[in-house]
Amino acid sequence: MIEMKEVYKKYRNGVTAINGIDVRIDQGEFVYIVGPSGAGKSTFIKMIYREEVPTSGTIHMNGIDLAKIKMKKVPIYRRNIGVVFQDFKLLPTLTVYENIAFALEVIEASPKFIKKRVMEVLDLVGLKHKARMLPTELSGGEQQRVSIARSIVNSPKVVIADEPTGNLDPETTWEIMRIFEEINNRGTTLVMATHNRDIVNTLKRRVIAIEGGKIVRDEQRGEYGYEG
Amino acid sequence: MVMKVSTIRRHARESLKSLGRNGWMTFASVSAVTVTLILVGVFFVIMMNLNRVAQTVEEDVQIRVHIDVAANKHDQDTLKTAIQKIPEVKTVTFSSKENELKELVKSMGDEGKAFKLFEQDNPLNDVFIVKTKNPGDTMKAASKIEKLNFVAKVKYGQDKVEKLFKFINASRNVGAVLIIGLFFTAIFLISNTIKITIIARRREIKIMRLVGATNSFIRWPFFLEGLWLGILGAILPIILISIAYYRAFDYINPKLDGTFIKILPFDPFMYQVSGILLLMGALIGVWGSLMSVRKFLKA
Repeated sequence: MIEMKEVYKKYRNGVTAINGIDVRIDQGEFVYIVGPSGAGKSTFIKMIYREEVPTSGTIHMNGIDLAKIKMKKVPIYRRNIGVVFQDFKLLPTLTVYENIAFALEVIEASPKFIKKRVMEVLDLVGLKHKARMLPTELSGGEQQRVSIARSIVNSPKVVIADEPTGNLDPETTWEIMRIFEEINNRGTTLVMATHNRDIVNTLKRRVIAIEGGKIVRDEQRGEYGYEG
Repeated sequence: MVMKVSTIRRHARESLKSLGRNGWMTFASVSAVTVTLILVGVFFVIMMNLNRVAQTVEEDVQIRVHIDVAANKHDQDTLKTAIQKIPEVKTVTFSSKENELKELVKSMGDEGKAFKLFEQDNPLNDVFIVKTKNPGDTMKAASKIEKLNFVAKVKYGQDKVEKLFKFINASRNVGAVLIIGLFFTAIFLISNTIKITIIARRREIKIMRLVGATNSFIRWPFFLEGLWLGILGAILPIILISIAYYRAFDYINPKLDGTFIKILPFDPFMYQVSGILLLMGALIGVWGSLMSVRKFLKA
C-alpha cells in the first residue's frame, strides 16, 4: 500500500533529512517509526501525507505516485488518509461535532450521513456527550480523541500519526493507544512516529528505526531500542 | 463540479458566523466601505447632474444665422441648401423676423412690452437656426456658414460655450479619477482588514487543507463574507445620500425654475444610484476578500 523507493530528501537549507529509504508497508499493518530527534521521522511522515515531496526517488500510495499530484489536488489526495498530530490541529472556532463533520463536508456528504457518521466515530472515541463543546473546553487527551475521530470519519485506508501522545500523560496515552488498536483491528493501516518506549515495548508491532535519514532496523514485534 | 445545496448552505452559515466572530474586523471593514461609498456616492451624484446640465446645454447650443436683409426668398432658399450641405449640420430651421421679435419680447418679460413699438418697423433679421450633429462641431460649422453669401452675422455664444464645455469636461475627468481612486482605496482597505483576520486564520486554513478541503471550498465562505461586508457597508451611504438628495432636490429645484438647467429627479435617479452603490459595495468586498485569501491558499 505504501511503497518508498530510493527516497532522498534534502531541504533548501542544506539539511538532508532522508538519505536513501526503501520500505514497503502493507494494508492492515501497524508500524511504529522510532529514532532520535532529528533522525528524519517527521519528514518520513510528512512525505506520506504529501506535505513534503522527495528530492529524488518515488513514493507510491495504492499505486498513486505522490510526486505527480498537483498542489491543487493535494487536499483531495488527503481525503484518503487520516492524519493525527501531536498538537491535535483542531479548528478552534468549531465545536467538537463541527470539527469532525468538516472532513465530511469537504467531500459534500449528505447532512444526514454526516450526522450519523460523526456520531458513530464520537461513540468510538467515547466523546458523544461532549459533541457541542469547543476544543478549548476539553483536556489534551479529549482533544486528541477528537482529532482521531476526525482522521477516521471518512473511513481512510491508512491513518498517519506524528507523535500523537507527545503532549499527553501516561494514562491518557494508553486511552489513545487503545483507540488506535481498535482502528487497526478494523483493518486500517496505522503508521505512527513516536518517542514513547513504553508503548512500543508493551504493544508490540512492527518497528522501523530511522537514524540519520536511513532505516537502521526494521523488525516485526520489535523493541524501542533506545535509552531514555 | 456543481455544488450541492447543503454545501452552499454550509458556506453561507460559515460566512455569517465568521462576521460575528471577527466583530471588530467586520466593523472596520464595513466602515471602510461606508466611508468610501459615501464619498463615491456624493461625487457620483454631482457628476451625473453636471452631465445632465452639460447635456441640456449641448442640446441647447445652436447657431443663429442672421440673414442679410437684402436677400429675397430665392436667396434664402439657396442659403438654406448651402447650409444643409455642410456635413456637420443636422437641422436648419427658419425663423422669421416677426417671430424673432415675439421671442425677444417674451424673454424680456414686462420690460419687453416697450419693444412692441417696433412691430411696425421691425429692425431684426430673419434667422436660420442651425443645429449640428455633434455639439463640439459648433465652431467649425459656424465658421463655414460665415463664408456663405447673404449671411449677415453668425452667433453662437462663442466664449460661453467654449468655457462651459471646458469646465464640464474637466469636472467629468476629475470626478472619474476621484471615483476610481476611491474605489481602489476601499479595496485596499478591505483586503487589508480581511488579511488581518486571515493571518489569524492561517493555521486554520492549513488544517482545512490537511483534512481534505480544496481551495475553492475554503475560498467560498471568505467570498461570501466579503459580499456581506460590502452590502452592509452600502446600506448607510444609500440611506444618507437618498435623504440628502431628497432634501437638496426640494431646495434647489424651485430655484432653477425658469432656467434651462434641470437637476435629475429623485425617481428614478436615486434608485439607480442606490443600485450602483450596492453593486460597488459588493464588488469591493468580494474583490478585497478574494485578493487577501489568494495569498494564503498557495502554500
